[in-house]
Amino acid sequence: MTGDARVVDTNRPVAVDASWLPNHAFGHHSLMWWGTVGVMAIEGMAFAIAILMYVYVWTRLDAWPPDVLPPDLRFGTLNLAILAASLLPNAYTKRAAERYDLRGVRIGMSVCLAFGVAFIAVRVLEFTALNVSWDTNAYGSAVYLLLGLHTTHLVTDVADTAVLAALMLTGPLEKSRFVDVSENALYWYFVVAAWVPIYVVIYLLPRWL
Amino acid sequence: MNVDATAGALAPEPRSEASVAELLHARRFGAWADAPGWLGALCTIDHKRVGRRFIVTAFGFFIAGGAVAGLMRLQLARPDSTLIGPDLYNQLFTVHGTSMMFVFAVPIMQAMGVYFVPLMVGARNIAFPRLIAYAYWVYLFGGLMLYAALVLGIGPDAGWFSYTPLAGPQYGVGKRSDFWAQLITFTEVSGLLIAVAVITTVFKLRAPGMTLNRMPLFVWSLLVASFMIVFALPSVMIASTTLILDRLVGTHFFNPAEGGDALLWQHLFWFFGHPEVYLIFLPGLGFVSTIVVTFARRPVFGYVAIVLSLIATGFLAFGLWVHHMFATNVPELGKSFFTAASMVIAIPTATQLFCWIATLWTGRIVVRTPLLFVLGFFFILVLGGLTGIMLAAVPLDLQLHDTFFVVAHLHYVLIGGGVFPLFGAFYYWFPKVTGRMLDETLGRWNFWLFFIGFNVAFFPMHILGLQGMPRRVYTYAAETGWGPLNLVASLGAVIVVASVLLFVVNVVRSYRIGAHAGANPWRASTLEWATDSPPPPGNFHPPLAVTRGAPLWERGGVSGFVEGLANDPPEVLVTTLLDASPHHRLAFPTPTIWPLLAAIATTVLFIASIFTPWAVVWGSIPVAITLIGWFWPRRDETKKRLRLERLP
Repeated sequence: MTGDARVVDTNRPVAVDASWLPNHAFGHHSLMWWGTVGVMAIEGMAFAIAILMYVYVWTRLDAWPPDVLPPDLRFGTLNLAILAASLLPNAYTKRAAERYDLRGVRIGMSVCLAFGVAFIAVRVLEFTALNVSWDTNAYGSAVYLLLGLHTTHLVTDVADTAVLAALMLTGPLEKSRFVDVSENALYWYFVVAAWVPIYVVIYLLPRWL
Repeated sequence: MNVDATAGALAPEPRSEASVAELLHARRFGAWADAPGWLGALCTIDHKRVGRRFIVTAFGFFIAGGAVAGLMRLQLARPDSTLIGPDLYNQLFTVHGTSMMFVFAVPIMQAMGVYFVPLMVGARNIAFPRLIAYAYWVYLFGGLMLYAALVLGIGPDAGWFSYTPLAGPQYGVGKRSDFWAQLITFTEVSGLLIAVAVITTVFKLRAPGMTLNRMPLFVWSLLVASFMIVFALPSVMIASTTLILDRLVGTHFFNPAEGGDALLWQHLFWFFGHPEVYLIFLPGLGFVSTIVVTFARRPVFGYVAIVLSLIATGFLAFGLWVHHMFATNVPELGKSFFTAASMVIAIPTATQLFCWIATLWTGRIVVRTPLLFVLGFFFILVLGGLTGIMLAAVPLDLQLHDTFFVVAHLHYVLIGGGVFPLFGAFYYWFPKVTGRMLDETLGRWNFWLFFIGFNVAFFPMHILGLQGMPRRVYTYAAETGWGPLNLVASLGAVIVVASVLLFVVNVVRSYRIGAHAGANPWRASTLEWATDSPPPPGNFHPPLAVTRGAPLWERGGVSGFVEGLANDPPEVLVTTLLDASPHHRLAFPTPTIWPLLAAIATTVLFIASIFTPWAVVWGSIPVAITLIGWFWPRRDETKKRLRLERLP
């Protein structure tokens, strides 16, 4: 503190000695959590609006889906199952991170990555079984938008996880990296949770309507 | 830059005075200080440097958008003018609106937040500072792309809300609307990142003791605006993406022939577009609250009422979007709902107005330029609000839709509610940013010319609109009789231009020879005034702890200091959400070139994807590489952090 007169009284006692405080925290105490939740809110909103677009287009048409078959259930449902199963290694990784279990984190992240790759592979098959193209009609456009948005999240999250896993395997480590692993797992929960309503809209709605 | 490297500062070999100063600077501020020179400038993640260049850039786009408006007023000054043809005119009004809304108004409000929110809550930097640096570069490149397109004569020409089918593949030929759509992508990325960083800063980096109910009102306004950004911007992000998909790969979202709907565009756009008005307005209200308190020399009257009004406005703003669509075939019952909502939102604004009046009434008013701009805001905003209530009525709106009445209304609201408080804020905080005062005499000239020029320019537009003059026409016939009022409006624009030029002169002059400000020239109450002007890297050495909402006005308001935070690595104190009690230390990231490189890669991806969808695939590779480079920790820095490690 230098310079001119100000109201601050420099003779006052120290209020907080921060040197005894921990240098990271998990969950909603960490900045990472707020960053992740912020991104989840933004993307959750984007998913919601994409679903609304689908519904809006549906209200404009007499028949749904218009002149095409609904998407084949097989691959989408298979992916739902794979995603649900991936929750287990994901939860394991999150817990391992929160008890600084480096070995557990390495194993957990590798298993999560294997699930991610499997999921992307099935997603490729999913695109071949939609029975419609993005330029067939507005229904096709809406289906591709939803599936495309979710795939983007899937690919970026798998890439994130791969980079983080590489760091946990090779890089210079500090304990606060475990917070990143924990928040990465939180984001995976979001990608899984987002698939449920999108699955219902893409695969079930055209059958129920 | 790091402390060890400065150990040789007193070594015998001769050093220039400048380099000694640099070394002392680095020793004192540790890793908060940037490396000297242009590389340090490109790598900086200091919220003040990024915020300052953000504000200057946004103001540059304000001047550019204003110059475009000047060309339009020149064209409209007399009937049957042939100065500017219809094609160029379409580009001008589109670029003017797009520039002012997306590249000036929202970004500059966020930029003010980037600079002042951390200082006002007593933080040493903004949360996620590298993201903020990235957000700035992305924003800069996006804005430059818009103007590059205009200069090349291929600027967007379908209006700032880019309605389909005019902007769709059928009528919007060439790449013009694609530039518009990608500009939106640029500004959305930037805006969303800043919003998340501001929310996190406000929630987690407040000075110990600054409970939520002791937070300055400007911080509240930025907090609410940031939440609105999180929920409003995804809508236009999806809208602009689907527009570009329709144009580039033949999807049919807005094509009625294949089951799409042009009206869907309007819903998506205005679901974002109406809240956007409040994204500009709420920070404006925050400036007003700040300035009123300081120049009334008393704490604000009705703090809780103002905070609740800000939050209420944030919610209500999402229930108004259809009032932009009264001239379409949405159900009449629905329109009534939106009429009611449009009138209800006047209540929280009025509540705040009454609180400010009460504050001024019971205070000891000091009239300086910042307060003048606030008083001008009262006058203009009330007029804009009144025409707003008129336009909220469906029958009147149908009559006035797409006329100059709407142009007058929106300028009264946005310039009154946003730009006047913003200029007040410039005068108020200039001394904090530069260490020097803006000149008061020039300031008064600036204000009165702006106030008079603005009303001369825009008030006649109400009458022109009532007489039936449509907006967005490049000329009009002499027989309409609109010539004289248009000439008056154009003369008003000349006065506004003179006023803004005067402001620029004042800034340049005062920056060099203005009176020294000292730490707290206005004797204000909030924490940004407790540090030097301009604040040093790391803001507070040491950081402060508070016990009051107006810490610099009340005895014991600043209760002490935070000790035990390292300067290298740059550590901050993270506090709890509600009570701001100390929770843990956190080592912040250090300056790096990666955000700039990532922004360049992002720009290449965005601009290339105007021309080919494959750019999204190939362009994402350099983006991924730069992001990994950004994320990957350096061994030397990890080592420093490890020394300070302590488990919860």
